[in-house]
Amino acid sequence: MSELRKRLSSWDAAIIVLTVLVLVIASLAVDNFGTSRNFTFLVLDLLPIILVALPMTFIIVTGEIDLSVASTLGLTSSLMGWFWNHNFSIETIIPLCVLIGAVAGVVNGFLVTGLGLPSLAVTIGTLALYRGLALVVLGDSAVADFPWNYTGWVTGTLGGGSVPNVLILMLALAVVFGVVLHATPVGRSLYAIGANAQAAHFSGIRVARTKFWLYVVSGAVAGLVGVLWTLRYSSARADNGAGLELAVVAAVLLGGVSIFGGKGSLPGVLAGVVLLAALQNALRLEDVSGQALNIVTGALLVLSVLLPNIITAVRGNWHRRKLRQSSKEKTAARFV
Amino acid sequence: MTQLAAPPANTPAPARRRNGLLKTRELGIVLALALLVAYTAIDNPRFLSAQSIRDNLLNTAILAVMAAGQAVVVITRNIDLSVGSVLGLSAFTVATMMSENPDLPMIAAIAVGVLVGAVCGLVNGVLVRFGKVPALVVTLGTLYMYRGITYSWAGGSQVNADELPGHFLNFANDDLLGVPWLVLIAVVVVGGVSLMMRNYRVGRELYAMGSSPPAAELAGIRVARNLLGAFLLSGALAGLAGVLFAARFGTVDASAGTSYELNVVAAVVVGGVAVFGGSGTVWGAGLGALLLTVISSALAVLDINQFWQQAIVGALIILAICADRLVAVRIARSLRKRDAHV
Repeated sequence: MSELRKRLSSWDAAIIVLTVLVLVIASLAVDNFGTSRNFTFLVLDLLPIILVALPMTFIIVTGEIDLSVASTLGLTSSLMGWFWNHNFSIETIIPLCVLIGAVAGVVNGFLVTGLGLPSLAVTIGTLALYRGLALVVLGDSAVADFPWNYTGWVTGTLGGGSVPNVLILMLALAVVFGVVLHATPVGRSLYAIGANAQAAHFSGIRVARTKFWLYVVSGAVAGLVGVLWTLRYSSARADNGAGLELAVVAAVLLGGVSIFGGKGSLPGVLAGVVLLAALQNALRLEDVSGQALNIVTGALLVLSVLLPNIITAVRGNWHRRKLRQSSKEKTAARFV
Repeated sequence: MTQLAAPPANTPAPARRRNGLLKTRELGIVLALALLVAYTAIDNPRFLSAQSIRDNLLNTAILAVMAAGQAVVVITRNIDLSVGSVLGLSAFTVATMMSENPDLPMIAAIAVGVLVGAVCGLVNGVLVRFGKVPALVVTLGTLYMYRGITYSWAGGSQVNADELPGHFLNFANDDLLGVPWLVLIAVVVVGGVSLMMRNYRVGRELYAMGSSPPAAELAGIRVARNLLGAFLLSGALAGLAGVLFAARFGTVDASAGTSYELNVVAAVVVGGVAVFGGSGTVWGAGLGALLLTVISSALAVLDINQFWQQAIVGALIILAICADRLVAVRIARSLRKRDAHV
């Protein structure tokens, strides 16, 4: 019984169950949801959010946040267009863009760990800064003529079948991040930092250095997503991915990661992302506007923190009442 | 800053010194503003023409009203990211109401807008205080929800200027003794809230809550009431900003005020309100709003690529946080030194 209750109260388990339920119901009830064509679209919609959510999970587990990811994505996207216009080869552009993303992460990491500034404020600042630089690079124009073999690879499927090419990339990265977080000392140290940074420091974990590298990884991944985003829509624009940071943070928190750090799991986050994307996809097939769906996204986000709190409070009450009752019985027994 | 370097022997009480510091913090914004205006005016004297000043102030008004509410919330060590969506909901509600009932007076529009905002703010406050959900999460969620409500109500429709009654639209351009109503409202709001935060008990309690939430609770401050009040104020002012937005721009659709929250937070942070609460002033946030607005119009006057504006805002935010950090480190050091002397 207690084992069952423990499982039920674990939010990431609940969200995984909920996600599977939504997927099953959607493929039964919504026309065209289960088709392989729609599956490809679903995966392509998931791709940017999942990839950015992987390092974001790490960062939030350590109790920090990175709101600049979508702007880094926009910056690399517009730089990609700029390089392409200046006749760089695509083979140079792609690693260069990932590198630039990493540099954007270095700036965040330095401001947060080197100067000890609050990450929320810093990354709100770089959110504006990187998006602004993206606008400076490309203005409101777009670059579209990327080589067909690259854009085709991103939107294409493995051997023309029903498995999208990017799914392989996505799964590979998810496995790498999952193994690092859940099966290595580095992963454990992230939880330690999030639970109590000072204690982690005193037990020999290099807190600042770890956080710094997390921001670098986050920037590099955002840079990679900028490349993939540009190739998918075959359009380099300064406003690519605007607002994505909110969707990513929403998905990570929905997946059971605590905003205070120290808690959460990668399977939960993956379920959170899939849940949001599947809901959006299914409702779009049912002709519900994506903007109206924001109500569901927002409500889920608030509930993901509110519900566990309510459960804890109710259980605490119940526990206290039981204690009071048993102590009353004891006193009564003494007097009898 | 020079005050800090003064020898600690003849310093007054720490509280007063900190007060002096904050004054220098706002002095920094005033100086930056003066430099910017002077430089731009030398390049193009028309920047100081009555029309240009009027435009700048009108453009600041909406941002400053929202920044005043946001500053109060940030001072309590919280954040309200939903203000842009609240503005959208309020603007669309008021515009729809005025287009259907053109005879309603302006005051009714303002009352409805403020009410819509206050309800939104109250929901935020209740979730933060009684749901024990961090403000960042709550207001990120309600950012989506309020915007979603507006979209599902409005769909793709919009209210155009020709559907709105004349007296409502004129409100944005009408003057009282040469000062536009919009500017007057912004000045009254920023001034009133500054006064409340500086001189009234509830204001000082809000600062105390931001400095140390557990200590404030132990000191018997009515934390719940004050926190609800702070979020309610921020929502109500965002609602008021929605009315001003509808009156000024005339055309309102469901996307009104999208990503305004970024500018509002930027104005507050640039204005010297520390994101970790407990310090900064409301009028500083108002100055921050003015500075951001003047920067964007100065770029146009100086014929610099408009696209630089957002990058400059970002750089300013980071600069402002660095400055706060520097001040905090210096305070800590000088306090330690003072203790060593005793």
